[in-house]
Amino acid sequence: MHDEPAPRRHLPSPHRRGFLATASGLAGLGALTLAGCGGGTSGRDDAKGDGKPRRGGRLRAAFAGGGASETLDPHLGNLFADVARAKALFDKLADYGADLSARPRLARSWEPNAGLDRWQVTLRDAAFHNGKPVTARDVLHSYRRIADPKRAFRAKASLEPIDLTASRAVDRRTVEFVLKRPTAEFPNILAAFGAYIVPDGAEDFDRKPVGSGPFRLVSFAPGRSTVLRRNDAYWDGAPYLDELEFIVANEESARVNALLGGQVEYAHELNPTTARAHERGGRMEIVRLPGSTMQAFAMKTDRPPFDDKRVREAFFLIADRKELIDGALSGAGQLGNDLFGKGYEYYPAGLPQREQDLDRARKLLKQAGADGLRVTLDTSSVAAGFTEAAAIFRDQAAKAGVKITVRNGSKDSYWSDILDSGTLCSYRSGAMPIESHISQRLLTDSTTNATKWHHRDFDALYQQAQSTKDDKARAAVYERMQRRLYAEGGFLVWGFADWIIGTAPAVGGVDREAPANTLGWARFDKVWLR
Amino acid sequence: MTPVRSWLARRLLLGAAQTVAVVLLVFALTEALPGDAAVVLAGDQPDPARIAAIRDTMELDRPAAVRLLDWAAGLAHGDLGTSLVSGRPVNSYVADGFGPTLLLASLTVLFLVPAGVGLGVLAARHQGRLVDRAISTVTLGVYAVPEFALGVLLVTVFALRLGWLPPTAVGYGTDLLAHPAALVLPVLVLLSRPVCSLARMVRAGMIEALASPYVAQARRYGIHGARIRYAHALPNAVAPAAQHLARTVDWLLCGVIVVEALFVIPGLGTVLMNAVAERDVPVVQGLAVVFGVVTVVLNIGADLVTRGFAPRAEVTA
Repeated sequence: MHDEPAPRRHLPSPHRRGFLATASGLAGLGALTLAGCGGGTSGRDDAKGDGKPRRGGRLRAAFAGGGASETLDPHLGNLFADVARAKALFDKLADYGADLSARPRLARSWEPNAGLDRWQVTLRDAAFHNGKPVTARDVLHSYRRIADPKRAFRAKASLEPIDLTASRAVDRRTVEFVLKRPTAEFPNILAAFGAYIVPDGAEDFDRKPVGSGPFRLVSFAPGRSTVLRRNDAYWDGAPYLDELEFIVANEESARVNALLGGQVEYAHELNPTTARAHERGGRMEIVRLPGSTMQAFAMKTDRPPFDDKRVREAFFLIADRKELIDGALSGAGQLGNDLFGKGYEYYPAGLPQREQDLDRARKLLKQAGADGLRVTLDTSSVAAGFTEAAAIFRDQAAKAGVKITVRNGSKDSYWSDILDSGTLCSYRSGAMPIESHISQRLLTDSTTNATKWHHRDFDALYQQAQSTKDDKARAAVYERMQRRLYAEGGFLVWGFADWIIGTAPAVGGVDREAPANTLGWARFDKVWLR
Repeated sequence: MTPVRSWLARRLLLGAAQTVAVVLLVFALTEALPGDAAVVLAGDQPDPARIAAIRDTMELDRPAAVRLLDWAAGLAHGDLGTSLVSGRPVNSYVADGFGPTLLLASLTVLFLVPAGVGLGVLAARHQGRLVDRAISTVTLGVYAVPEFALGVLLVTVFALRLGWLPPTAVGYGTDLLAHPAALVLPVLVLLSRPVCSLARMVRAGMIEALASPYVAQARRYGIHGARIRYAHALPNAVAPAAQHLARTVDWLLCGVIVVEALFVIPGLGTVLMNAVAERDVPVVQGLAVVFGVVTVVLNIGADLVTRGFAPRAEVTA
């Protein structure tokens, strides 16, 4: 029951959380184990900041993750742990930069036709771990596998605009994608969550996953540990680390303890209170990735009382965002301005920051005939800070004469429960391009439209943006759409939570800008150990 | 059949019935949980079409009775079924998780019996005096501390401040026995509450036994104090404790969830918790069977022990 897993078959059904520990005392860890050790010995050289990259060593990273049911199939990834592991083994054609704009990865370049419904993607000179080059056939196989109607891969919805029957390999390194409609943001699709490129015909990933990523698999024990080794032939430069081990520790305190005790060098997803306690302790580095998680309340705009935009505006004005961030996120976040994607490409940063204005809120409610309004706020402990934020907002609303009843729901089925029922609910979202947020949540035919924002003219603006080749003109359309959401949308976005990571003092090269889910986040090929 | 045999037969039959009842109950309860595996899996992407597709691949649309029957048929030849989520056999889940949990449980019991019985006897011998009062106070106090809090405290002091022991079992895989230092804190946490309750039970039993007419009679015969205590009083005092011990072992095996989570030990408790969260019904079911069988076997064992120690305490089957 150790290391090398027994041969396993897998079903085309996704899985959940992370990995665990192994022993395997492989060479080259002496230095780093010492450096990571509890007493706060901060490595061997006195380099300030990150210093010069150094080659070698083994980094152990603890994530909250899945149990015994995890697999290495990159298309099945659902959780942060899955994605971190998938991106170490595999590549996508593109990935998101810190501002959530698509950056070329396995694709070297992309070129649309005039109508924006045919895109030529040229692949770079990259090879899989078995030495075979990454070709157009591999790309088409991967996308067809994801889009297979008999399966339920997460990225399937993202690939929907592509007509994969008509798309073809022009030559070994060129793919022509035929789209069902003009899609100016097509590169976002190439960077979509889970859209990894696997070799043509690959189906079984648990025994010997072959990717093109910066690390190759050494051993995988589901729910325990995943050990990877440097891919010296990596197209983006070989990683500094010799080895990388993913370990699963679902309990936050266990991740922190393992880090403090020198048992891991990287602990993912820490609480704000932990961060505050250790920020200046010198025993661990706290890395805060800003703009990682939108925190909001979602109002259903198709039913009373929120079908009246004055009520929605009143709710915008009820929120004391600072108090919400301090209370629910322990201060680890930035103010929200009722729009998704602060700091991302196309975000209208020029709009005035909305402040609490209870008098105006009361006036608006009165105009809407909603004095003495009673609302039920659905929430759940499904995400950090949800129930706290709900209680704080309930008290804020009371000051404007609105009586909110907080209803706690099951965390396992929360997202499905709040999609269609209720009127007001806690909501959050990980990082994605603003365009994806709109297409997934704010169009009439969006699949997860939790605010029930159904407006044909808004849909038309989205189509217009997608058909606009000129970047400036397209940005102007996005701004128009977002101004409307700012004025009367259904998302009361009160904050953006930092994503908090702890590292041993010996770890260098950890990206401090990239929101969770972007290229720089959990990227271990550019990390080194001092 | 001898009385013991017929008692055992009745006991085994009852055990089998109990196991079946547990399985049915667990099935009913998991069915009653809000949301199925597909909904849970879809997470924050509850696209109805996607949920339907997942449900389809997982064959969740089949009626509950059919799924239960299918699974029960496999059970007959030792097949616990297949995980909905990973498609791997449930047997492998149990096999992987059993080792660490069994190790923790055995070590705990190994220390629990001498520690609990010893403290209980010690307190009973000094009934009402300082030693007794100290033991009673401390055991009551420790018993009141939840495992999680105690674990965090021990880790902070012994692992992080003093650096004597590793804070978690991260990096040792399933080969925990090769790293005994990593086991000290988990076993201490596991011991904390059972030791206290066992000690208090043994103490009460001892005091009662020492005050009994047969002990008084033995004293009148001039039998040595130690012999009275250990040969006559203790077996009677231990009889109820054996039942208690069986329940403790059961508790240890069936999910030392808190300790496993705190020290990152991939045992059965972790498997069970993940399976419930994922609504992976076959895995939950499989574990329920394993736990049910373990419970039944342990209780039969405890009854046998009780009969051995104090034959007149007839155990009804």
